[in-house]
Amino acid sequence: MRKCELTSLDKVFEKISSLSSLYLPVHQKNGAEFKKWEKGVKMSDALNTNRSAKDFFFPQAENLMEFKTEGKNIEVIDTRKENEDFVLFGVKACDVKSFEILDRVFLVDPVDTFYKARREKGVIISLACNRPSETCFCSSFGIDASNPEGDISSWMDDTNIYFKANTEKGEKLLSSLSDVTKECDDSSADNQKQKIKEILNKLPLKDLDLSEFGKDKTEKFFDAPQWKELSDTCLGCGTCTFVCPTCQCYDIKDFKTNDGVIRFRCWDSCMYSDFTKMAHGNSRLTQLERFRQRFMHKLVYYPTNNDGLFSCVGCGRCLSKCPISMNIVKVMKALGGKQDARQ
Amino acid sequence: MQKITQKMLIDKAVSLLDNGTVTKVLGWMEGQFKYDVSPFVFKSKEALEKGFVFNHFCGANVSKYLVKETKKDEGKILVFLKPCDTYSFSQLVTENRIKKENVYVVGIPCDGMMDISKVKEISGDGIIDIEFKDDKINVKTLYDGDKEINANDALLERCSNCKSKKCVYYDELMGENGEVSDSNRFDEVEKLEKMSEEERFNFWQNELSRCIRCNACRDVCPACTCEKCVFDNPKSGVENKAIADSFEEKMFHIIRAFHVAGRCTDCGECSRVCPQNIPLHLLNRKFIKDINSFYGDYQAGEEIGNRAPLVDYTLDDIEPNEGVMKGDEEDA
Amino acid sequence: MQINNENEYKPLIVAFCCNWCSYAGADLAGNNRLAYPENVKIIKVPCSCRVNPMFILRAFQRGADGVILCGCHPGDCHYTSGNYFTRRRMTLLFSMLNFLGIEKERTRVEWVSAAEGAKFAATMNEFTEAVAKLGPNKRLEDLRCKK
Repeated sequence: MRKCELTSLDKVFEKISSLSSLYLPVHQKNGAEFKKWEKGVKMSDALNTNRSAKDFFFPQAENLMEFKTEGKNIEVIDTRKENEDFVLFGVKACDVKSFEILDRVFLVDPVDTFYKARREKGVIISLACNRPSETCFCSSFGIDASNPEGDISSWMDDTNIYFKANTEKGEKLLSSLSDVTKECDDSSADNQKQKIKEILNKLPLKDLDLSEFGKDKTEKFFDAPQWKELSDTCLGCGTCTFVCPTCQCYDIKDFKTNDGVIRFRCWDSCMYSDFTKMAHGNSRLTQLERFRQRFMHKLVYYPTNNDGLFSCVGCGRCLSKCPISMNIVKVMKALGGKQDARQ
Repeated sequence: MQKITQKMLIDKAVSLLDNGTVTKVLGWMEGQFKYDVSPFVFKSKEALEKGFVFNHFCGANVSKYLVKETKKDEGKILVFLKPCDTYSFSQLVTENRIKKENVYVVGIPCDGMMDISKVKEISGDGIIDIEFKDDKINVKTLYDGDKEINANDALLERCSNCKSKKCVYYDELMGENGEVSDSNRFDEVEKLEKMSEEERFNFWQNELSRCIRCNACRDVCPACTCEKCVFDNPKSGVENKAIADSFEEKMFHIIRAFHVAGRCTDCGECSRVCPQNIPLHLLNRKFIKDINSFYGDYQAGEEIGNRAPLVDYTLDDIEPNEGVMKGDEEDA
Repeated sequence: MQINNENEYKPLIVAFCCNWCSYAGADLAGNNRLAYPENVKIIKVPCSCRVNPMFILRAFQRGADGVILCGCHPGDCHYTSGNYFTRRRMTLLFSMLNFLGIEKERTRVEWVSAAEGAKFAATMNEFTEAVAKLGPNKRLEDLRCKK
């Protein structure tokens, strides 16, 4: 484990950004966002960013290929570029876990080469959450916010920041920081971990009951009467899916330029009325079916296909962003039998 | 003014359900943190008593749900509308989107609703409980202890610039009706108008570039009631799902605002719901301000049956080239 | 935007012209051999009020540097009142575009009757010149269309 005083944290940032691009949460007028570090940029002390860190590996829109036509010939152009090496600093435990969930989608056969290229180039430095919010429920999914994963884990107390490398990539980066960090005892961050654990225990959503959900529960929940009430006032916007670190659905579309076509992919949302639209029409005709799809996917379908792993990390973004405050926690409580949503 | 409490609303709803005037009630359902209430259709006395809530966070404008609810053959629906919601309601009735005879509107006075993100700026994160008093809330937090916050210090943007406390339509009114208020709602627009073209461009470029095209602004808007939005229709030629180029974010927001120009009641829901906190209401207010100055004062939804300015004309309207220049003269 | 051999910048102008007055006006300008820039591309529409705000935005997206909309003089609309609606719509749209920082010289509405061939040519000359002064459209461009 290595440490560095908070007052000289900028030196660490400077060192990292001399090796590769460094992105970290920066305070913006309307909340924190990941931005490139340059001299003078200060890290935000907000709990989490508005948008999740998945953007770095799976951006909202990206070009796949281009077509150019000349007479009767169509030329297919590969537009992939070499990705830059980059470091993501200050990723929270929930977002780090989301990469595992995305990996299980994009890195299984057939591998998504666009995603893979970015994953290989990125080094993730996680940061333990000193001030979790009431909307946090990562612990319900077995995520320990006091002990985040990632290539390098870090902890911050009032005076120091501590780094611990977990992977080969992390070791390599941390060793290159040897002149701006000091060696320290592995237990140095224990105090901070303990503090965080105590806070996590006070969170109102700390122990959601997940035992009802998971693998092979499709039949149990698919026709549950609760879906109607839950989805009744859903607006059908895509806020929850677009701020979600684990939502990974996309659409592939063509854009006709003045002399060719750009084929690109962009995020799509199961909440939208034209999601799953096929030649014969749409198989999910009402918002109830779309709403059910989103939560069944997170709580039942994904675990069924991925050894029981839920595709939610409890980051709480949908809790704070949904226009009508309908969210996965309310769904879990209603379906799990705890009708009285109030604590 | 008589203070409206949650209990009064529940009693009213229960009595109207009991005497058969209505068969269902559109209101707000309590959440898990007291501030995260959801619009909800209650169908029984038991449901009302268990979950109906009315507090400082019932900002959601529920009038748009009536488009859907009144189409169902389920009898009359009771709805509690705040003054600004009644504007949206009567605009929707004007556009024949709501069957007025299927709704029983109870107008309720409103002193402004609170914005949880502004509350959190004052109280800090980690809210574990909120106690409600008349015009104050007491917030208990994990990190910074208890804080008493005046409702007026953390109002939603639209409430701090409230245009009217008058219910323009109701079957029954609880408490006293308010008045149309003098608001400073065009101040921000004027500030932007005074900037140079380049400054304005940079301002909007910065704001709109944060858009994630979740469409929440469109889906929550009581004026956006098309069955199929042009941006969702593959046949329209402009359908798009993501901002693949900065042009698209501008096109989406210009067209969204233009489509509701003259029909937008300035309820401010678009800005309230934006997950990226883009001040979308400024686009709508620019249209409202222009309409007022070019064609005379007009408030959408003020009266059922009003003719919207964009489906109307006079023989001596201002010319487009002059309209766009007008701002310059005012600066000089 | 088009660059000719001498590398002189010539703006691309899209002119929406109504079928009954302005398009006939453009025709007359041609018959009378009145010169106006060849970079003005005319799109004929049944009535000026056929022009949806989206048409104007898409013209900019696809590479126009200026967009002008021509219709019958107020009172002369073939459909009685079409151009009165155009007038209100475009007043608001242009004001909004300017509010977003788009140069106001890039958009214009002119009323051109079938007899005003000379006015059509003069308007196009003047408008093209005004847009040329601004240079290429950067604020409402779609980079994907600029390759």
